[in-house]
Amino acid sequence: MFRNQYDTDVTTWSPAGRLFQVEYAMEAVKQGSAAIGLRSSKHVVLASVNKAASELSSHQRKIFKVDDHVGIAIAGLTADGRVLSRYLRSECINHTFVYESPLPVSRLVVQLADKAQVCTQRSWKRPYGVGLLVAGLDELGAHLYYNCPSGNYFEYQAFAIGSRSQAAKTYLERKFETFNDSSREELIKHGLLAVKETLQGEKLTSSICTVAIVGVDEPFHKLDLGTVQELIDVLEAEEAGTSEPQREGDQSAMQEDSPDVAPMDI
Amino acid sequence: MDSLASDPVNQCTATSFEMDSQRTQYPYVTGTSVIGVKYEDGILMAADTGASYGSTLRYKSVERIKPVGKHSLLGASGEISDFQEILRYLDELILYDNMWDDGNSLGPKEVHSYLNRVMYNRRNKFNPLWNSLVLGGVKNGKKYLGMVSMIGVHFEDNHVATGFGNHLARPILRDEWREDMTFEEAVKLLEKCMLVLLYRDRSAINKLQIAKITEEGVTIMPPYALKTFWGFSAFENPTKGAEGSW
Repeated sequence: MFRNQYDTDVTTWSPAGRLFQVEYAMEAVKQGSAAIGLRSSKHVVLASVNKAASELSSHQRKIFKVDDHVGIAIAGLTADGRVLSRYLRSECINHTFVYESPLPVSRLVVQLADKAQVCTQRSWKRPYGVGLLVAGLDELGAHLYYNCPSGNYFEYQAFAIGSRSQAAKTYLERKFETFNDSSREELIKHGLLAVKETLQGEKLTSSICTVAIVGVDEPFHKLDLGTVQELIDVLEAEEAGTSEPQREGDQSAMQEDSPDVAPMDI
Repeated sequence: MDSLASDPVNQCTATSFEMDSQRTQYPYVTGTSVIGVKYEDGILMAADTGASYGSTLRYKSVERIKPVGKHSLLGASGEISDFQEILRYLDELILYDNMWDDGNSLGPKEVHSYLNRVMYNRRNKFNPLWNSLVLGGVKNGKKYLGMVSMIGVHFEDNHVATGFGNHLARPILRDEWREDMTFEEAVKLLEKCMLVLLYRDRSAINKLQIAKITEEGVTIMPPYALKTFWGFSAFENPTKGAEGSW
């Protein structure tokens, strides 16, 4: 009935030193549709793949504005993600109320991670089944964090989570060195291309993805459908123009075939 | 409050907050004016070191300007014990802020806002901290100078003064203050204000402290006295011009 005898509750160790319930929660993140984040020194872009649960329904929201300077993209259980986004919003607004200044992103992320960690150490709780990419800007610059159900968090230049995120990660690994000095437009372009990688052949359109940005003098906001479609059209025109140098693409295809363990995998 | 305190009937039927000790709701040992100005490198603050017990000049060396964290300077007039309580709050605030150890720190703007929340919150409990606070600081090259009153009124300005200073020092500051004053000019201006206060404010004493905060940090200078001249004819016979008063 059970996969093994050490996974019936979160707080039970396996003899190998693992917490299976926590690991299962991490799996939930991989089930959700992909979410991607990348940053330059002045901007952070979040992008997500929108998948409707059925032909008859609309897709669920994957990107949430937390405050003017912070936003998140989620993958996994959307319901858990919504609860956490509400928590983040209230932390930000309380900080603004008391100090009349925005909450530093690193602190918000630690508080979120602490909240997730508690769920891995209480027998009557369950871990959150959601991974969050937290994008934000503060006095110290632009930041991108990944928060996972285990209570761990990491800061990234670029990252992807959710189903088929490996393809996006491969793309980002190849390009991330240029990101720090990228312009806002280039960053969005890379975000869209990373999203495209996760689609595996499916056509990239503005209806299938959401893009959001936060940066210097630009509060967190989603790009509207028209803007995104225009950018996609430009990308496709560029690609059609440079279909010759396909060599580079061949190499990446090799990497994508390799087993699903990226150096960034957690 | 006074009418409540002197009305035993009302006191018996009072609700819980009114039954709390009333002696904490009026000042006992108080300090007088604090003045703060912006100058070219940062903020300068001045206050004397006197503390009065009612109208008795009771203590002569009470420091009323203190550093708060790395970027802020706090000056207080009003109840000294309440000021000490505020300093305890701020010590804790700064401690917990440092414990994050993440490179972020509260600047003067944040501390000012926090103080305002504390003051307004206590006023709403009908148990105010009986102080006027001057908060100045420099962070990331930006100068900040503001005030918070005991009822939670708060504002920023280029020069501020509490208590009597509001009436006697600020008119001088309005005439003579400039954004690009050098340290020496600003100290001179503060001393001029403090001298006027010494002459006309009965709670002021001739032992004052000047503190500065710049990008480099806080310097609180040791107290010293101003040179006074009491030979003005108006001082020799103060009631001369006021016919029939007493």
